Amino acid sequence: MTLNTSRRGFLKGAAAAGAVLVVGLRPDGALAVGNAAAQINPFVKVGSDGRVIAIIKHFEKGQGPATGLSTLIAEELGVGMDQIDYEFAPSNPALYANLAFGQVQGTGGSTAMANSFMQYRTAGAAARAVILNAAAEALGADVGSLDIVDGMVTGAGQAVPLGEFVEAATGLEAPAEPTLKSPEQWRLIGNPDVRRLDSKVKGNGTAMFAMDVHLPNQMIAMLARSPRTGGLVTSFDDTAAKEIKGFIRAATLPNNAAVAVYAENTWAAMQARDALTVEWDMSAAESRDSAQIKDEILAALEGDAEYNVLKNEPGPMDQAAQVVEKTFYFPLLAHAPMEPLNCTIEADDDGGITLHDGAQMPTGPHMALAQIFELPMEKVRIKTMLAGGSFGRRATPTADYQVEAALAFVITDRSRPVKLVWSREDDMRGGYYRPAFGHKVRVGLSADGEIVAWDHRIAGQSIMKGTAYEAFVVHDGVDHSSVEGVADTPYTIPGFHVGLTDTRKATSTLWWRSVGHTHTAYAMEVMMDMAAQAAGRDAVEFRLAHLGDSADAKRKAAVLTLAAEKANWGSAPAGRTQGIAVHKSFGSFVAEVVEISGDADSGVQIEKVTCAVDCGIAVNPDVIKAQIEGAVGYGIGHVMRDEITLTGGIVDQYNFPDYEPLRMRDIRAIETHIVPSAEAPSGIGEPGTPPSAPALANAIAQTGTVVSDLPMINAGVAFA
Amino acid sequence: MSLVLKLNGTEHTVEAEPGTPLLWVIRDELKMTGTKFGCGVASCGACTVHVDGQPMRSCQTYIEDVEGAEITTIEAIAETKAGAAIQQAWEELDVVQCGYCQSGQIMSAVGLLTQNPKPNVEEIEDYMDGNACRCATYQRIRAGIQRASEIMEG
Repeated sequence: MTLNTSRRGFLKGAAAAGAVLVVGLRPDGALAVGNAAAQINPFVKVGSDGRVIAIIKHFEKGQGPATGLSTLIAEELGVGMDQIDYEFAPSNPALYANLAFGQVQGTGGSTAMANSFMQYRTAGAAARAVILNAAAEALGADVGSLDIVDGMVTGAGQAVPLGEFVEAATGLEAPAEPTLKSPEQWRLIGNPDVRRLDSKVKGNGTAMFAMDVHLPNQMIAMLARSPRTGGLVTSFDDTAAKEIKGFIRAATLPNNAAVAVYAENTWAAMQARDALTVEWDMSAAESRDSAQIKDEILAALEGDAEYNVLKNEPGPMDQAAQVVEKTFYFPLLAHAPMEPLNCTIEADDDGGITLHDGAQMPTGPHMALAQIFELPMEKVRIKTMLAGGSFGRRATPTADYQVEAALAFVITDRSRPVKLVWSREDDMRGGYYRPAFGHKVRVGLSADGEIVAWDHRIAGQSIMKGTAYEAFVVHDGVDHSSVEGVADTPYTIPGFHVGLTDTRKATSTLWWRSVGHTHTAYAMEVMMDMAAQAAGRDAVEFRLAHLGDSADAKRKAAVLTLAAEKANWGSAPAGRTQGIAVHKSFGSFVAEVVEISGDADSGVQIEKVTCAVDCGIAVNPDVIKAQIEGAVGYGIGHVMRDEITLTGGIVDQYNFPDYEPLRMRDIRAIETHIVPSAEAPSGIGEPGTPPSAPALANAIAQTGTVVSDLPMINAGVAFA
Repeated sequence: MSLVLKLNGTEHTVEAEPGTPLLWVIRDELKMTGTKFGCGVASCGACTVHVDGQPMRSCQTYIEDVEGAEITTIEAIAETKAGAAIQQAWEELDVVQCGYCQSGQIMSAVGLLTQNPKPNVEEIEDYMDGNACRCATYQRIRAGIQRASEIMEG
């Protein structure tokens, strides 16, 4: 197993009396053991009462890292899930970096479990080792004869609560290389009965999201932003706003991007903001219509591509017996997490500030706020709250909403905390979308139905160019996130050629659950079906024939085969039609069979989605199933009927009634099968999304309509 | 204006302008944050509360219209038989993901089971149609309601 984690040597902990054992990182970044007074930023704290607290370096937007990382600690330490709680780590990229991101603390790219698996197990194992050493000393027993099971130190004919040894353990030398449990010893990792740690509080209304922050004397700020990307405030009139009870004042932000309205409560802020009249300088603002943007993208698919992504010659299309061709269009999409964006900033007594935020990428706002407030990093604190969904929206390269809050706070006298609240309309119209993309694919087939050439052209709005991430993700001009899922496909495709052309952005663009795979998987998998059909071959057999001997190809083939088997591929019940798709993303492999009734004219009903996933070691199998269920819904819901459109640069959609979310009736059932694996854990939050839409498209195609212009309702597909 | 709200069995005197949505009085004045703001236009259901036992979207319920009514929020729904059963089922099945919509989902589900203790799948889908979940936990919400129905039967 390959892991991007080094197990550093454990150093001697500080010897001091105390009731809490902490295991984590010292300020110099070395793993260490100590007590509550020690200068250690912990991954785990163990109290003398036996309570264990896992410190979670990732934020929790529903994908389950709080439960997952706690599971790793509990497993190695030897406690049950009912004996462990969790807290979110402070923002400190030197200590809580995402090991997949370098020196950045953050959650994304489905990396939470992958980058934490060894780190958190090691911390749990170190805690176990020092407690056992303390117990051996106290009990006069050989340490090898002792174990920790369900929080009890057992052996030598005794069973003593581990808390009894916590104080002594804080003064012991930490093991250089704590022994990790072997998979045969796991009781929690891989256990489908392990439950989420956040279920109860999220079911009884006590869970605290950022939106639930109420600081004493706080003001609510809402912003009037430019209706078109790039507009700047020239003046505003708040005469009408002053009539709203609870209105405090209005002020233009220092960057002229918006007018902030301050009010005593949220409702007053909403009314006062709507009562403002703002004049804008639109000279640099976007003014195009969606149709123009689409035309630009489709035109960019013709002629020479800007970048030859694979740096090779096109395959011999002119030698093909037949050519299958399709042009695809993918519109702008909003993330629309359930909790509208918000965060709160307050002044601290020492001149610093605290940001209360469902912080997905805390290092970004941390640095931005340090700059805005001219504070050293250590005087900017971030308290991470639960986040009501994100799908990528809570992490922007510009820390957009946190910067808004900071600018709204910095121009006050800072005596009152400022809570910035976005409305749903702000969220729908406020920028940051899955960019619009087009694909034009031509597949040349030989007379006996083999692929001889595959020419794949992609054009669209780069996510990474112009951001701080450009240096890491853009190589030789190619934004990898524009071509991922095509250029790096595990399929063996003879004569494969990939061209990319960047088009001009109409809005800010952003990663959206599964990033480039949102469109690349669709184009790849719909073309695979079209090619199979043209070749007169079964869709599963055709794909398997293009999956060779590489490790990735074998894993991809395995999920494809499993999903087909579990869905009774080829034997759909009467009145049902099936479509299949398979895709690798974020290190994981997912195949899905969508079974529908009806057709594009009479109305399609999605009856069942059968999924097979290989994400390496399945730490929390039930969380994995939930992620596949959610990712399928996210992918299918948008492709059915959602798009963000512009008229004269202004977003046409304003709220859920015209950006209709997936509803319960849309998908009748989802069944998920997990491939047993000993590989290192890989992504699970996103990989279920890419194959969902093409599997649906391939099912609908079997009824006569190949949908390549999204959303599907634009192509005339009716849904039941 | 000053008015008296009867919420979770307790009377609260609140100051609010006519036309203020019940949601914002619950969240900002009473500081009970289990009831969520999702859309403000009654199209997502995150703000669902019970008014005299009926699920209502509190973002579109004006404060002056519910004076004197019995208002119940997620914080007190466990005191009802259906509420306790739903919360138990939600935990058994780990229905939640981000959890932000779940107060509203639960308040609607309790409304359904209170009037129809053994709903079939179509009845569940019809009743829950107005409660959006962007995490798409619908499969487990559906199963959770069915499980709660069993729990209620005993």
